[in-house]
Amino acid sequence: MIRLENLRKVFSGSTRPAVTDLTMDIARGECVTLIGPSGCGKTTTLKMINRIIEPTSGQITVDGRNAMAIPVHELRRSIGYVIQQIGLFPHRTIAQNIGTVPSLLGWDDTRIADRVEELVETVGLDHEMLGRYPSELSGGQQQRVGVARALAADPPVLLMDEPFGAVDPIVRNRLQAEFHELQDSLGKTVVFVTHDVDEAIFLGNRMAILEMGGILAQYDAPEKILAEPASMFVERFLGGERGLKRLSLLAVIDAGLERGPFVDVTAGPEEARRVMEANAVDWLGLLDGDRLLGWVDGSRVGSSQLRDLEPRSFLVTLDSRDSLRTALDAVVTSHARVAVVVDDGIYRGMLDLEAIAGEVTE
Amino acid sequence: MTLVGQAAPLIDWEWIGRNMDQIVERTWEHLGLTAVSVLLGLVISVGLAIIALRWRWTYAPITWVTGLLYTIPSLALFALLVPIVGLNATNAVIALTSYTLLIIIRNLVAGIDGVPASVTEAADGMGYTPQARFWRMEVPLALPAIIAGLRIATVTTVGLVTVTAVLGLGGYGFFILRGLNTFFWTQILVGVVLSVVLATLLDVGFVWLERVLSPWARGRQ
Repeated sequence: MIRLENLRKVFSGSTRPAVTDLTMDIARGECVTLIGPSGCGKTTTLKMINRIIEPTSGQITVDGRNAMAIPVHELRRSIGYVIQQIGLFPHRTIAQNIGTVPSLLGWDDTRIADRVEELVETVGLDHEMLGRYPSELSGGQQQRVGVARALAADPPVLLMDEPFGAVDPIVRNRLQAEFHELQDSLGKTVVFVTHDVDEAIFLGNRMAILEMGGILAQYDAPEKILAEPASMFVERFLGGERGLKRLSLLAVIDAGLERGPFVDVTAGPEEARRVMEANAVDWLGLLDGDRLLGWVDGSRVGSSQLRDLEPRSFLVTLDSRDSLRTALDAVVTSHARVAVVVDDGIYRGMLDLEAIAGEVTE
Repeated sequence: MTLVGQAAPLIDWEWIGRNMDQIVERTWEHLGLTAVSVLLGLVISVGLAIIALRWRWTYAPITWVTGLLYTIPSLALFALLVPIVGLNATNAVIALTSYTLLIIIRNLVAGIDGVPASVTEAADGMGYTPQARFWRMEVPLALPAIIAGLRIATVTTVGLVTVTAVLGLGGYGFFILRGLNTFFWTQILVGVVLSVVLATLLDVGFVWLERVLSPWARGRQ
């Protein structure tokens, strides 16, 4: 979908290239994260794709077309662009901001309005915001508008330059998760610049790590890079928590879930005690068929029917799609040193520290 | 004689009533000189600002020359122009216009420069041509600064118009000058008060204009 060939940029007044003969292929529907130390040329590389920065030499092919041969404004209208500073147009309403590229492309007003309505849903904004000006929105809302604006004309390619870098960590995590889902459903070809290793791992189907001078140090799927860094540079850049970072790529359901000390409420006291003994714990999880009811203290088992005990709810429950890193955090902070996995009330199993540690060393 | 002079009221309402025609006439003159000078100043400033924005090195000499013009005492400038254009409205307009340039140019350039880099980069990235970006992004966003410049230039010009009384024009300045010559307080007060009122009204008008033309900037600052 995007091919960079021997791409080089030497800024005037500088002797060393910012990007040195970079060659990269980005497949259709793939999200590639560009990452590296500051000044490594990742933003320069991104901005050469829509020619905000003109390359000194080399070839760029976007969707089969030579990017250097088409008028620059035409090229840019076919590429979505999101920047860290968002860059909403302060004198235009949210609706007008989102409709920017369609209106440049000469769509008629009703078609633009329909598209804007659709996008508001897509990025999770309120309809009532459409008539407001950008300064009336929070940072997170503004960045949602930024993403909607980039998607407006349904471009096959999306360039994102640290899009979530300016919002606070909580909003950033939410925007990342939303973008991840959005990308799954839209299947755009995305080039995403970030300096946040976790973000690069979480969002990238592939990760391109650049060294100073825009030299490609490694370009592969995040799990591959984490498992086998190609050089000392990559290893150092990823930092000391490679094992933990790998966990963020694995879903809870990928790990071996155990059934744990769980019994149906119809079980007798005998069975209950046996299950607790087998699991070497002093608490018991209660199920009603598939549904999770909660847990009771071991000392209360036997005094009456399980059905009559009032189960307490677990402090930490996980969804089977949550990452193992989230699970690890949950286990460490939970009272029982376990995390229960529940999808819509249905009990899937439980995870303990050992099961997670097994995934790290694998 | 002196007794009569002292007893005369500060404001002779009867004189005002008798000279209503002349007051209206001088109002139009005052407004006309102001409007023509500021509009001409705007047109010239836009031209110079576009040059300054395209060729950055010209900005310093442009502000230097217009700054020099700004420092010439108005009375002297009117006198200097007499041998060249004569004792007429052209003389007044040339001088008044030259005083507006510095203020308007500086606000034009500052307004365009004040457009955030993120906005121009986003506009480029969306596929605006440089021309479309200038007229649809940079100019509208610079509007509050541009109007602020016009506002100061206009209020200043309203004050300066009174000085053109030495050329036989002057708008309300005509009354001030004649009042000073004859020690007739009513005329001086009419000239001063109406001039201040006119400046205030135009000032308020510009504030209103800014709010109407840039509703997005409301509630900021």
